[in-house]
Amino acid sequence: MALLGIVFLLPFIWMLSASLKPEADVFKYPIEWIPQTWRAAFNYHSVWFGKANFTLYYWNSIKVTALTTLLSVAVSSMAAYGFTKIRFPGRNALFVVVLATYMIPAEATLVPLFIIFRSTGLYDTHLGLILLGGFSVLGTFLLRQFFASLSNEYIESAQIDGAGHIRIFLSILFPLVRPAIATYAILRFIWTWNDFQTPLVFLNSKTLYTLQLGMNAFADRNGAFYSLIMAASVSAIVPLLVVFILGQKQVIEGISLGGVKG
Amino acid sequence: MKTSVTLPQSHNKPTAGSRKRKRIEAGMGYFFTGPMLLGVLVFTLIPMIFSFMLSFTKWSFVTGFDKIRWSGLDNFRQLFQDEVFLKSLGNNFIMLLAVPVGMAIALILGVIITSHVYAPGAFKVIYFMPQISSVVAVAVVWQVLFHPSYGPVNGFLSALGVDNPPKWLADPTYALPSVMLLMIWIDLGVSLIIYIAGIKNIPADLYEAATIDGASKFAQFRSITFPLLTPTTFFLLVTGIIGNFKSFALVKVLTDGGPANSTSVVVYDMYQTAFVDLQTGYASSMVMILFVIVLAITGLQWLGQRYWVNY
Repeated sequence: MALLGIVFLLPFIWMLSASLKPEADVFKYPIEWIPQTWRAAFNYHSVWFGKANFTLYYWNSIKVTALTTLLSVAVSSMAAYGFTKIRFPGRNALFVVVLATYMIPAEATLVPLFIIFRSTGLYDTHLGLILLGGFSVLGTFLLRQFFASLSNEYIESAQIDGAGHIRIFLSILFPLVRPAIATYAILRFIWTWNDFQTPLVFLNSKTLYTLQLGMNAFADRNGAFYSLIMAASVSAIVPLLVVFILGQKQVIEGISLGGVKG
Repeated sequence: MKTSVTLPQSHNKPTAGSRKRKRIEAGMGYFFTGPMLLGVLVFTLIPMIFSFMLSFTKWSFVTGFDKIRWSGLDNFRQLFQDEVFLKSLGNNFIMLLAVPVGMAIALILGVIITSHVYAPGAFKVIYFMPQISSVVAVAVVWQVLFHPSYGPVNGFLSALGVDNPPKWLADPTYALPSVMLLMIWIDLGVSLIIYIAGIKNIPADLYEAATIDGASKFAQFRSITFPLLTPTTFFLLVTGIIGNFKSFALVKVLTDGGPANSTSVVVYDMYQTAFVDLQTGYASSMVMILFVIVLAITGLQWLGQRYWVNY
């Protein structure tokens, strides 16, 4: 079991090791797992401060990911509250529509969205990416289960005290579902950070590239410098691992609950 | 909402006040769900209808809306003679094999991890790493590992005495299996975690009773663990197959569909057709076929589940 785990991790160990050594040693066989000559500083310095502009890609990814996550949490939790705690005409029918759209693969809407984005000026902007990620339906499903499990008595007693839905939502229910919100926020963060397809289709300018696009362009350009490519890969993975290790319990819970990516 | 004594208007005759209250309540409902409904409308429903219409046209978006030409079912007729598309579709179906194989490995690992606990938390993190890591970075790493002449994988094989190790991603015969191998490696963590959650839900007294009856570990697995996990298996199969059909990033970064279209899939072909060859209408008809296939597979599985899933 432990052995299998190590085999599973080998690609990552190899990646880390290759990112630390001079190019000439990358393909030495047998593999030098611990580099004999260290070139870590040079490798990482050229990735981060060379022509590759990794700092810019990082900043773009942070911006897009953070704003997408915020928007998505806001939109999804509001909808989850509305669909579970407010009675209004057409509620169930509307929820079925939302549920049905979840079956539509995002890929099926790429072409028309591209055309719509081109004609509305959202193409090649970060705002476009943020809106696309922010209105994903999955969050509504995940959070709905949590809102549904909260007793209506909270709402009723708050209503007697004269509180409206906005106050109830913000000051009573939102704090109660905080663990669920955290779970969804972490998942959304990881998915957005990792997303390659959406930026690839909806971005054109190199200065707007997110880390995934930048990483891909970097790998194409530096096809022969494997030590640099590995340093770039390590750089691309580290933030995800940090978020995952910090929010491990939440991620695992969220995956078990929601199961799919979206 | 529960009717409650403290909200008398809900069971009295409607008065002007209660009607007003109801209107406010409805308004709040639309206020809270509105943003999501608007998003669904603008980013999914309208594009989907648009896509459906475009699939019956010969059009390239660069020429402007006035150049849209209705072409009926021409695109679909053409698709079934389009070798690249048929190859991509075929590849999609071959790739589906990665789903049950990955699930079987995940199930075995899940049983081992839950019954022989050394450090389940650590193992979850380890098996989850490929899933959490960026697809682009992971694909780039594997491109190097699989390098035909000096990649470590073939270095290892040569050291074992394999004379002509496969060229992996560069060889049309091995490229698709290599991609599938990576898919299993990437997705194993998710299935594993969901299986572990399922296994933990199985009541322990079932195993105790079976042990008293003298059932072997394998018999216990066959008649307790596996049958009780069928809902989990069903869930993983449905979501796995849908996810598999949508795989794009890995193919795009790892092989660009090559060599000789041996790893092309429908979504990749659609991307090329729409955004590289700029054939908007034709690409939309590919999307429609993909959509119908995903719906059909999901539908068939729902219908078939009562024959093997125990709830």
